[in-house]
Amino acid sequence: MSALNDFAVKIATVNGTGSASANSLLMQTIFRMGIPVSGKNIFPSNIQGLPTWYEIRVSKAGYTARPPVIDLVVALNPATYARDVATVRPGGYLLYDSSWPLDPALQRQGITILGVPFGKMCVEAFERDRDRTLLRNIAYAGALAALLAMDMDVINAALNEKFGRKKALLDANFRAVRLGYEYAHAHFRCPLPFHLRRMNATADSILLDGNTASALGALYAGATVGAWYPITPATSLMEAFSGLCHEYRVDKDTGRKKFCIIQAEDELAAAGIVIGAGWAGARAFTSTAGPGISLMQEFIGLAYYTEVPAVFFDVQRTGPSTGMPTRTQQGDLLSIAYASHGDTKHLMLFPANPEECFYDAVRAFDLAERFQTPVFVVSDLDIGMNDWMCPRLTWDDDYRPDRGKVLNAEEVAKLEKFSRYLDVDGDGITARTLPAVHPKGAYFVRGSGHDKHGAYTEDAAEYQEVVDRLARKIASAANAVPAPEIHSVEGADVGIVSIGGCHAAVREAVDRLRDQGVAADYLRVRGFPFSEAVTTFLRTHATVFVVEQNRDAQLRSLLAIETGVARDRMIPVLDYGGLPLTARTVVAAVTTALGKPKGAGSRKQKGVPV
Amino acid sequence: MTSIQKPPVRHPGLRKNALGLTKRDYEGAMSTLCAGCGHDSVTAAIIEAFWELDVPPHRAAKLSGIGCSSKTTAYFMKQSHGFNAVHGRMPSVASGANAANRSLIYIGISGDGDSLSIGLGQLCHAIRRNVDMLYLLENNGVYGLTKGQFSASSDVGSRSKRGEPNVQPPIDPVLMALSLGATFVARGFSGDKTHLVPILKAGLRHKGFALVDIISPCVSFNDHEGSTKSYRYTREHNIEISWVDFVPLRRTITAPDADDALMSLTMHDGTVVRFRHTAKSYDPTDREKAYAHVRACQKRGEVATGLLFVDQDGKDMHAVNGSVEQPLAELPYEELCPGSAELSTLMEEFR
Repeated sequence: MSALNDFAVKIATVNGTGSASANSLLMQTIFRMGIPVSGKNIFPSNIQGLPTWYEIRVSKAGYTARPPVIDLVVALNPATYARDVATVRPGGYLLYDSSWPLDPALQRQGITILGVPFGKMCVEAFERDRDRTLLRNIAYAGALAALLAMDMDVINAALNEKFGRKKALLDANFRAVRLGYEYAHAHFRCPLPFHLRRMNATADSILLDGNTASALGALYAGATVGAWYPITPATSLMEAFSGLCHEYRVDKDTGRKKFCIIQAEDELAAAGIVIGAGWAGARAFTSTAGPGISLMQEFIGLAYYTEVPAVFFDVQRTGPSTGMPTRTQQGDLLSIAYASHGDTKHLMLFPANPEECFYDAVRAFDLAERFQTPVFVVSDLDIGMNDWMCPRLTWDDDYRPDRGKVLNAEEVAKLEKFSRYLDVDGDGITARTLPAVHPKGAYFVRGSGHDKHGAYTEDAAEYQEVVDRLARKIASAANAVPAPEIHSVEGADVGIVSIGGCHAAVREAVDRLRDQGVAADYLRVRGFPFSEAVTTFLRTHATVFVVEQNRDAQLRSLLAIETGVARDRMIPVLDYGGLPLTARTVVAAVTTALGKPKGAGSRKQKGVPV
Repeated sequence: MTSIQKPPVRHPGLRKNALGLTKRDYEGAMSTLCAGCGHDSVTAAIIEAFWELDVPPHRAAKLSGIGCSSKTTAYFMKQSHGFNAVHGRMPSVASGANAANRSLIYIGISGDGDSLSIGLGQLCHAIRRNVDMLYLLENNGVYGLTKGQFSASSDVGSRSKRGEPNVQPPIDPVLMALSLGATFVARGFSGDKTHLVPILKAGLRHKGFALVDIISPCVSFNDHEGSTKSYRYTREHNIEISWVDFVPLRRTITAPDADDALMSLTMHDGTVVRFRHTAKSYDPTDREKAYAHVRACQKRGEVATGLLFVDQDGKDMHAVNGSVEQPLAELPYEELCPGSAELSTLMEEFR
C-alpha cells in the first residue's frame, strides 16, 4: 500500500524523558513541508516515569481528528510494549529500540518490525547520562525522518532556530538526528510505502493550541485582570496570557504593567476576583477546568443575579472528582448551563478548535458586558493543549469592545435617580454604573433579594419582576451567541448534532458515511442558549444522532430541556474514555444504529427509532 | 429595626468638612440591626472617620460578605458603590475591584463568622497580597443571623445564651494577621468611639491591608453573663496599649506634643499618626513585640486594643505587581490591543 501524505504514527515513550521536543520537531517539519498534520498528546498526570503517547496524523485531505488507524508505532516504553504493538494496523510497522533483544511482547505476525539500537548508539555517542536519555528521542526523530522521507533541510533549520544560540546543544542534536537517520537508511528500505512528499497546503496555516489562542483572544479583547488557580488542563491558558502581557502590556518608558494577574488561593477566590474586577469596570477572566467550575458555583450565581460581567474559560477534562486530569471530555455542559443554586442559566460558547478559541474569547468579553452576566468559553483538553493546524489568526483594527450599557458621568448627572435594575429599553438589559462615576450613580450590589431599583426586598412580586427580566435577558442572548454551523446535503437520511472538540471527527465521519451511502446533515452547536435554528434542525430530521464526549448524553439532555424535542428522538453517540474522538467511532455508532452493513449503499432507514 | 428613618432635613448649624459636606452626607440606609448592636456604633465611627478625612463619598467603595456585620455597608455612605458578596468571600471581590481600579478607597466590613470560619482562607490571602483596603472585622464571638451559635472567635469557657460553654480554642485575628505579615494590625472596641475613629482614619490612609479587629458585642446573643464578648466583659478587660491621634497631611500640627511618650509615624501620603503609649516601651513597628504583647494580655485575660502594629514599608498588591498608576479599568483600549500587524508577526512563531 502506498499512501502519500495520509498516514498516522504513534510514538510511545516515558514522560519526563524529553520526547515532547522530538515530537514537536516532527510536527513542525511535516507542517513546514506544506503537508497538513495534527498531533495528539496523550500524557499522564505525572511529571516523570509514566507512559505517554504522541499521535501524529498526516492528512493531505486536511482531517485533523485523532487518526482512526495507526500505520507505524514507535515503541520505546517497555512498560507498554504489549499494548502498543496491538495498536499497529495489520500490515503496518513497528519501530523499537534494538539495543536489547526483541521483547516477546513485541512479536506479532502480519506487521513489519524494525529495530534501531537508539540506546546503544546514544551511549556510544554521548557522555552525559542526561544527553544519552534526551537525545535518544532526537535519534528516533532522525530514524522517522529517513523512514517517512522528511526533508532534512527543514529539520536542520528547525533545530537551528531552537538551539542556534547554544552551539554545543545544537551540535548534539544534529548528531543525534544523523545517528537515527543514517542507521535507518543503512538498514531499511527507505522510505516506507507510506511517506511524505512536499505539498503546498499549509502556507496560510499555523500550528496552535487552544489555550494559547484563548489567551491571545483575552489580550486582544482588552482584558486587564486575570485570576486563576493552577489546574490541568487550563494552566497553560493563564500562563500564555501572562507571557503575552509581559510582551505587549508593559509600558516601554516606565516598565509598569497594564495588567494584573492574580494567582488566587483557590478557584472560589479566582471567581471572586474576576467578579470584583468586572464590577469595577475591567475586563476580567479566569481559566479553569471542571473541579474549578464546581467550586465557583456560588459566585457564578452571584454574578448572574447581580448582573456582573465575568468571563470563564473552562478547559474540560475527564470525570467527576479528580477524574483523569490529563484526558479530555465534555462533561461540564450541564454543570455550567445552570450553574449555582436557584434559577440560573448561563451563556456558553463552544469553540471547536484553537482558531475558534481566539474569536470566541473576544466574543465572550463582548457578550459578558453586553448582557452583564457570566459567559463561559467551553473548550476541552484536546483543543486546549494539543497543536492544531488552523488558519492564521487575523485582527480587525476597527474592533472596539462592546462595553454594553455603562452610564458615564454626564448621563448619570441627567438622571433624576439612578435605578440599577430598571428595564428602560424593554430589552431586559439595564444600565449599570461603575464605581466613582458620579455621586448620583452609586448602587448597592446585593446577592440578597432585590427589587428593580436594587433595594433589598422580600416581596414576592418585586423579586419575581427581577428574575423574570433576567430570564428574558438570557433568552435574548440566543441570537447573540454564534449561530450553529449547519452542513446540509441533498436527500439526507439523518441529522447529526455535535459540539466543540467533536467537530473534526464528526466532519470526517460525515464524509465516510457518505462513502458508505449514508447522507447526513450536520449541525454543530456553537453557543448556548440555543437559537431557533437548533430547534428547527431537530424537528426537521426524523433521525438525529447527538455526538458528544460524556457518559450521560449531557448535550442531548440540554437539547431536550431547552427545545422541547423529545429526548428519545435523539440517539446518543457517546465517547467518554478520555481520548479525542475518532471518525471511526462515530461512523460505527451511526451505521450500527441504522442497521446498515458497512459499505452498503441503501438510503432506506431500517429499524431506526423515530 | 432600631429606629425610624431620619428625615432628610439639614440643620443649618451642622459642621461641614473641607468638601462642604456634613456627617449626614456620609450616612446610609436605616440600620435593621438590633437596638444597641455594637455594629451600629462601628458604623457611626466609620462615618466620622470618612467625614473627618474629607473623602468624597463616591470615591469610596464598600464591600462585605454575609452576616450582621456585612449588612452594615448599606448603613453608611449611600453615595458609595457597595458590594454585598457571598459569605466569607468579600476579600477576593475586593482584591479584584482593587486590581481593576486602584484609585478608589476601599473599605471591607466582615464579621467573625465571615472572616474566621467560612472566609478564613480569603482573609489570610488578602493579607498576603496586601490589598490596599481597610478591613474591619466586627467581632462578637457569635453567629447572630442564625441565632446564637458559637463562632471561631468564641473564647474557651465563654457561655452561650443557653449556658453551654465553648470548648474549642478561638482564632485571634490579630495574632493571625501578625504572623501572616500583615502591614497594619489594630484592635478596637465598638463601645469606645473616641479611640476607634483615629484607628479607622489611620487604617484608611495606610497603603496596604489594614486589619482592624473590633470587639462589637451582640446584644441579642452574646451580651450575657459568662460571655467574653459582652459590653461589660470588654469594658472591664480592655487594655489600651496606645493612644492614637491622626493628623491629615494638609492640616497643620499646631500643637506639637512634647510628651516623650508620644511617637509619630508618617504614612505613605505624608499624613501623621501619633501614638501616645500607655506602656512606655511599646513599639508599634516591632512585629515580634506586638505579638508578645497581645499574647501576654491574652494570658492575663485582657484584650489588647489600639494600633498594635504598622509596617509602612510593605508593598501593596499593585506595587508588587508593578502596575501603572492609572486604574486598569480606565486604560483606553488602544493601549491594550497590540493590533493586526503585531498579530500577523506573531503568527510566524506558530509555524
